[in-house]
Amino acid sequence: MRKELERILPRVQKPARYTGGEYNQVVKDKAQVSLRIAFCFPDTYEIGMSNLGMRILYGVFNAMDGVWCERVFAPWGDMEDEMRRAGIPLYALESGDDVRNFDIIAFTLGYEMAYTEVLNMLDLAGVPVRSADRKDSDPLVIAGGTCAYNPEPMADFIDLFLLGEGEEQCRELAELCMAAKQEKTDRGALLQKASQIGGAYVPTAYTPAYHEDGTLKSVTAAPGYPETVKKRIVADFDRSYFPEKMIVPSTEIVHDRVVLELFRGCIRGCRFCQAGYVYRPVRTRAPERLVRQGIDALKNSGYEEVTLSSLSTSDYKPLNGLCDGLLDWCEPRKVSLSLPSLRADNFSMDLMQRVQKVRKSGLTFAPEAGSQRLRDVINKNVTEEELLNTCRIAFEGGWNTIKLYFMLGLPTETDEDVVAIAELANKVLWTWKQHAANKSRGVRITVSTSCFVPKPHTPFQWEAQVTMEEYMRRVELLRSSMRARAVTYNWHAADTSLIEAVLARGDRRVGAVIEEVWRRGGRLDSWSDYFSFDRWMQAFEACGVDPAFYANRTRSCGELLPWDMFSVGVRRDYLEKERQTAYAGVITPDCRVRCSGCGAAALREGGCKDV
Amino acid sequence: MSECRILFSKTGTARYISHLDLMRTMQRVFIRAGLALKHTEGFNPHPCMTFALPLSVGSGSVCELMDTVLLEDVPFESVPALLNAAMPAGIEVLQAYAPSRKFRELFWLDTQTTLVYDAGVPEGGPEALEALFARQELIINKKSKRGYGDVDIAPCIYSARLERTGENTLTLYARLTAQTPAMNPENLVNAIRQKLPALAPDFAGHQRLEVYDKLMNIFR
Repeated sequence: MRKELERILPRVQKPARYTGGEYNQVVKDKAQVSLRIAFCFPDTYEIGMSNLGMRILYGVFNAMDGVWCERVFAPWGDMEDEMRRAGIPLYALESGDDVRNFDIIAFTLGYEMAYTEVLNMLDLAGVPVRSADRKDSDPLVIAGGTCAYNPEPMADFIDLFLLGEGEEQCRELAELCMAAKQEKTDRGALLQKASQIGGAYVPTAYTPAYHEDGTLKSVTAAPGYPETVKKRIVADFDRSYFPEKMIVPSTEIVHDRVVLELFRGCIRGCRFCQAGYVYRPVRTRAPERLVRQGIDALKNSGYEEVTLSSLSTSDYKPLNGLCDGLLDWCEPRKVSLSLPSLRADNFSMDLMQRVQKVRKSGLTFAPEAGSQRLRDVINKNVTEEELLNTCRIAFEGGWNTIKLYFMLGLPTETDEDVVAIAELANKVLWTWKQHAANKSRGVRITVSTSCFVPKPHTPFQWEAQVTMEEYMRRVELLRSSMRARAVTYNWHAADTSLIEAVLARGDRRVGAVIEEVWRRGGRLDSWSDYFSFDRWMQAFEACGVDPAFYANRTRSCGELLPWDMFSVGVRRDYLEKERQTAYAGVITPDCRVRCSGCGAAALREGGCKDV
Repeated sequence: MSECRILFSKTGTARYISHLDLMRTMQRVFIRAGLALKHTEGFNPHPCMTFALPLSVGSGSVCELMDTVLLEDVPFESVPALLNAAMPAGIEVLQAYAPSRKFRELFWLDTQTTLVYDAGVPEGGPEALEALFARQELIINKKSKRGYGDVDIAPCIYSARLERTGENTLTLYARLTAQTPAMNPENLVNAIRQKLPALAPDFAGHQRLEVYDKLMNIFR
């Protein structure tokens, strides 16, 4: 650990976040290493260390001879101020070495609101934020993650994006960079070569042109660069890398437990859900393998909780067998098993009781919309009957805390749909009154709403977001419809959602706004402690960019979208068809019932055989 | 089942692990080492672990003590190696044994504080500081649970000795009360700041060296 840090650490909150030294961190002999990667997570240690993707890629890189990948997180404001005052640049946790001396700086972009922190971390590292200002001697700055499916808003700051699942392409890129270093290839030639890796996107090689009305006219690729960038997937997910020797933080993080990934992709096709489209096709891991991986990870980490994580966990066919296998080992050792993101339709008493055996927590469901009509529009194929039936089972089983998540501002939403949320909550309460195992304990029903953010690569990618005023009107309407004391209503502010909407569907011109916000002091924007709506509005103004153009405008199907050149495997005409089906209020059955021919099956041999 | 006491050091990066985080960390270390611990039998079972003297974040120590109960009988001499293989950097188990005395018999604590003066150690510093800590009464303003108040720390200081350990550093060796009341060596630095501001260091780092009973025999 560096000497200067000793002076500032006693003054900052939770200093254990900044020291490294955790069990299972990877430390290599610098003399044996030819490529050094700083894996940067543009949020705090507690958030970043909870990210399974980062743990996977950390393991993938470090499994390579000659490559040393280290972790870097965003310092909290107090630490950043101390570092800047003491002249300590951003450093990597394992070695304590300056990030600016690494070969590659890799960012993971999981949330649009982290964009300003990417710039802040580059600056804290002493690296110019714009790729155009960086020299060959500066680190290569790359980025991936869910947000990279529309990389354009960050195109000015990142040298190379990797689209899709990184397990294989990261290894290919590292090999290419090692060779380039040996052969002293210049940056331009390296990027040209890297662009041939499947899923790689080099923004400087593409030139956008715009119509007079501001919409995108064309994107021209430089010679030798692919016209379309197609995401990569791990074809054999069953056997793909899983971090059994996970780093165990010495301080509490958000998801402080072993996480098992049951499958990638989702059979459902909820029309608002970006993850449901961009992670296709469904690929599963065998239950026997998961049980073994879970037990090994628990033994290696000492964690006392394991959770099952996937987009819709209860859709995993061998879920019962998996839970049995894990519980056989966990129960005698007082290790608890938790199940997140359950669907209200196929949630069974049996499963619930099994999980409950060790420890009991609240139940959370996301009906997303209050009325059946609107649930059909968004293709959330959960009926009221199924939801209430599940609640009945839960109440009979002794549970008395239920959280219900909804979105306001979904396409075609009317006031009746909004009021239906309150009615649904009342029906849940009524169900409790009829079926509660023990009424003396009372019941807590929490309804939360957030403002819908239309995302790229979904059937709603052309939709307008409702304005903040309209969202608040609907919040008020819902609030005045809620009467029962047992029902609590929380709503998320719409200001963050508006910025998210701009960044999610932004084009290259939005980059100037991100930079302007950062220059005006923006950082850690995903935290309400730091987010300033006014600062964003001032930056839009200063850059002459109208947020409504990106957030609140309905696009025509003929419009060229900034992310049209990036393929997630799902065809554009399929999304258009789904949009029309949504307007008709017609549901699309899940992939198990019938293949709708979205196109994702072509991404691998065997297509959707795992469904 | 066997009661087990652990003597361990906490230095380097591990100094920044807080007391609460240390409990969580130790719990996991025992699991990784394959040593099952007895759990409480309450509504929310947790492993039985007692730490003798909680250590402030940022302070190091080579004499931390922790009691626990092993479910299975394991030869104590094999325990340190098992635990150390499962430790984060900076924590090292030095000994494991069956406890024969209660933690409440702990009375004195030896600490070492490094005082750093960026502009060099002031002239006459060591002597002035030794005189300060030898006072019969040393009242400082100190934060407690009920807010700030004046406290006499002289009864908590058995001895204090200074050594010039470098161009810019003094090392303060002190023997302080370990509990009832516990004396944090940071209060010695606070006393310097309040009583002899000209000798206030630019930085001070602390380390625990040894623990004793009332008769000043080493406590194990």
